[in-house]
Parts: sequence; C-alpha cells; structure tokens
Amino acid sequence: MTPAEISDAVLDILATINPDEDLSSLDDEQEFRDQLEMDSMDFLDIVMELRKRYRVQVPEEDYEHLVSMAKTVAYLEPQMKDISA
Amino acid sequence: MSGLAAGIRSAYYDQKVCILERHNTIGGLNSFYRLRGRNYDVGLHAVTNFTPRGTRRGPFARLLRQLRLTWDDFGLSPQLMSSISFPNVELTFDNNIDLLRSEVARAFPQQIDNFEKLMDSLIDYDDLEQSHFELSTRERLSEVITDPLLIEMILCPVMWYGNPREHDMDYGQFCIMFRALFLEGLARPFDGVRLILRKLVRKFRELGGELKLRTGVQQIKIENGRAVGVILDCGDEMSGKNILSSVGAVETFRLCDDKDITHVHKTGQLSFIEAISTLDTYPAKLGHDKTIIFFNDSDTFHWQRPLDDLCDVRTGVICTPNNYCYDVSDGELPDGIMRITALADFNRWKNLNEDDYDRQKDIWFNKVVNSATKFAPDYREHTIDTDMFTPQTIQRFTSHDNGAVYGATRKWFDGTTNFNNLFLCGTDQGFVGIVGSIISGISMANHHLLRGD
Repeated sequence: MTPAEISDAVLDILATINPDEDLSSLDDEQEFRDQLEMDSMDFLDIVMELRKRYRVQVPEEDYEHLVSMAKTVAYLEPQMKDISA
Repeated sequence: MSGLAAGIRSAYYDQKVCILERHNTIGGLNSFYRLRGRNYDVGLHAVTNFTPRGTRRGPFARLLRQLRLTWDDFGLSPQLMSSISFPNVELTFDNNIDLLRSEVARAFPQQIDNFEKLMDSLIDYDDLEQSHFELSTRERLSEVITDPLLIEMILCPVMWYGNPREHDMDYGQFCIMFRALFLEGLARPFDGVRLILRKLVRKFRELGGELKLRTGVQQIKIENGRAVGVILDCGDEMSGKNILSSVGAVETFRLCDDKDITHVHKTGQLSFIEAISTLDTYPAKLGHDKTIIFFNDSDTFHWQRPLDDLCDVRTGVICTPNNYCYDVSDGELPDGIMRITALADFNRWKNLNEDDYDRQKDIWFNKVVNSATKFAPDYREHTIDTDMFTPQTIQRFTSHDNGAVYGATRKWFDGTTNFNNLFLCGTDQGFVGIVGSIISGISMANHHLLRGD
C-alpha cells in the first residue's frame, strides 16, 4: 500500500467508527481527538479494525503514534507497504 | 444486557462467543412480559443518559459508536417533564438542565450558587477511580449545599435510579447518576425495552454470536486458578478461554465456590415492589402530565430497607409511560399506564406462604397507590387491570441476592476477580440502567477480551 492508500484505509476505518461524521474536511496534521472528539475507546477501535482488516498489530505502547492522520500513516507505512490495496 | 453488549463487541472482532441465559427471555431486570393480552416492561421506567441526535459526547453516543448502531436504532423519545415532589416543595426538570436550574433558583434562592458549584465539581465519567468513587455523597453535598432539604431533594431521584447502598451513596455513583438524569436526560422507546433488546440480539446473531436461552449455569469450573468452563443446569459442560459473568459479584464468586467470604457483607439490601395499573383513559386526561415523579412524604428522605414491615411507601417513584414525547407516527400507547415503585424487604416477602403472599400483594398494592396519589391525580377508579412485582420477582429475573435491584454495595470497577480469566460485567461492575449496563459490557470486553490477542 502507498501512503495515500493507507490514508484511505484509515479514513474508511474512521467512517466505520463514526458513521455520522463528515470526514471530508479532516486535516491530516491536526489531532483526531480535537477534530472528531474521539475517546480512548475509539482509538482502541482503530487498532482493532487494523488487526481485523489487515492483520496489522499495534502494541499498546505504540497507541500514541495514532494521534493524527499524518502520524498514523507514517507509523503504519513500514507495516503496510507490502499489503496489496 | 451487559452480556449482549460484550458479546456484540467480541463477536464483531471475530471471537467465538456464546451467551448463556437461564430464562426463556433475555434482558435480566430490563426485560418484558405479556399478561392478559398486554405488554409490560419489567425494569424500565426510562432510559437515562439520553442525548439528542448528533451528540458526540457522553455514554449514549459512545455506546452507539462502539456497537455500530445508529441513533434511530434505539427509537428513543424524550420525556415531557418530571418532578421531585416533597410535601411543600416541588422541583420540576426535563432534559434541559436550565429548567432544574431555574427551579432551584425559585424554590431555594439562597442555594442556587451552591447548586452551580456542585454541578461544576461533578467528576467526569472518564475520571472515575475506585479511590474517590467511594467517598460519602452526603458529606460532599453538605460541604457545598447548606439547606438540608435541597440535599434530600437532590438525593431522592439520584438514589432511586441507581444507589445500591442504604442511607448514603458512593460519590462516584452519585456523579454518574446526576449526569445520567439531569445533565443528559430521560427517554423511552415507544415499543418499550423489547425494541432495544431485539436490536441487540439481532446484531449479536448477525455477527455470528450464539445465544442459548433456558440454559442456566450451576457452576464455574476452576482448575489451577483459572476458570476453565461452566457446568450447566442440565449437567453438560462447556469450556471457554474467558468467562464474563453478569450475574452479580457475590453470586459469581459463589458459582466458583470461591471461599473468600470477605465479599459476603457487600450484598445489597435494597429491593422494590411495583404496582402497575392499566387505565381506561390516558393519564393526561386526568390532569397528569409528568413522566416521572420522585416523591417523598416528609422533609427527610429515608433510603433503606424497610425495618419493620414488608414495604416502605413513604417514598416512591411514579412512572407514566404514556407521558413521553412520542413521534406523531407512533400514535399513542394502547392503554394508560401508571407504575408506582416503593422500597421493599426481600426476606419478609420471601418468608410469606403462598396465601399470605397474594394477600400482602393486594394490601401493599393499595398502600403504595394510596401514597402515590398524594402526589399525582387519583386514577384508581379508572383501573381496568393491575399487576405487581415484588422482590422475589426481581430475584427471579436478575438472580441478585435479596432481589437487590442495584446489586452489591461496592462495585468492582476493573471487573477482575480472583481468577485471571473470569471477569464481571453489569450492575456490580459499576454502571446501572440500560445505557450503564451496555457501557459496562462494552468496556469489560474492550479491557479484558479484546486486548493483546
């Protein structure tokens, strides 16, 4: 997957978790928490969805990398670059 | 309900889940039944924690996201207006806190600043910890509010809707319930609790979950410090990697044959009776426009097991399922219904023989309705059918010792037990009510079943 495809994959996960949210104006650099009012349970869901959909494991100590879209994509790229989109 | 929520979460993330339910219907205390052609809800007066469509914060929004449900799935209609009614003072409230604010300012002008201070100091859900959870609410309130009557009036509804302890309340539980009742609000699905249960079961089954009704657990099997499985009432055994129990804390430890008796005194003592009257007219036509009335017949609110009789009808809750803001397309409920709840003593009810039981039900039905009609229009001559549940009914539905509606007097916030793969969810984990029990199931599944696999 390319960084753009990883970003789309994460967007799709966010849409699943927040079905009522308009994600079109999401700013890649800003923290999810500030833009989407996500709580700790929602962050756990991003991790769980990544595991369910792509078999990607994010250990608990790495949750802090998933704060914004840009940082999430940077963190996931090494693990997801060999997955076909 | 907590079990179903935990089941949905776990099944969604590809775990193999089986829910065991002793009864032939689901829901525990939040269940329903049909009698003489009419539908009745068991526990539900109101769904607390109601927030309007589009709200992102709070437990209700959280549970919808976590269970991948939409706001419409719960079909909730907000309350019209409720009240806390004492002999000479009434405070009305609805789902906008400004009404209660103005009512406190009207009835207790000296206390409004203190009331605001109290609201500012409530602990947020995510900041609750076992340590400050167990502080005394009465002490905390008397530090902020200087009129004892206002303290009693605040405690009355909050204790009625979620306090397992007698006399005082854990401050954490107070904060949860104050938010749930006043800062969020009350609502009800037109079709009652069955609608919510149906949605949850459907979701659970769609995700591949298995629900076994009429399948009780007689023992949790422990080997080498682990819960390895359960023995069913029929004698069959089932094994599992993790076990989540919603039967209550002390009740769960007993199923494990856990000899740690330090738990025993934590058993709750507070149980209820409820007198349900079906009317030939709508309560509104009798001039009754409130959704819920929390009443108390003196300036002091007594929250305790009745000391010398089967029931204590000095305080109670009047619930009118008709008085919600239902959608025009729903129309009206088929009948007018008045439900009155009062405190009851489990042991006295349990020790009655069959004839006495029926006779006492009649006697206390009349006493509780008599007490309630001091605070609401007298509807008795319009009664066309009645039903009543007692602490024994509650015990049958919940399996809680003493028919304790809100479970044990202490809560097991982290849900852990002496066995590393056995966890608690539901009332004794800490959250009560429909939204509370669903949140409990979700958070216990998240913490204990879904992490680090």
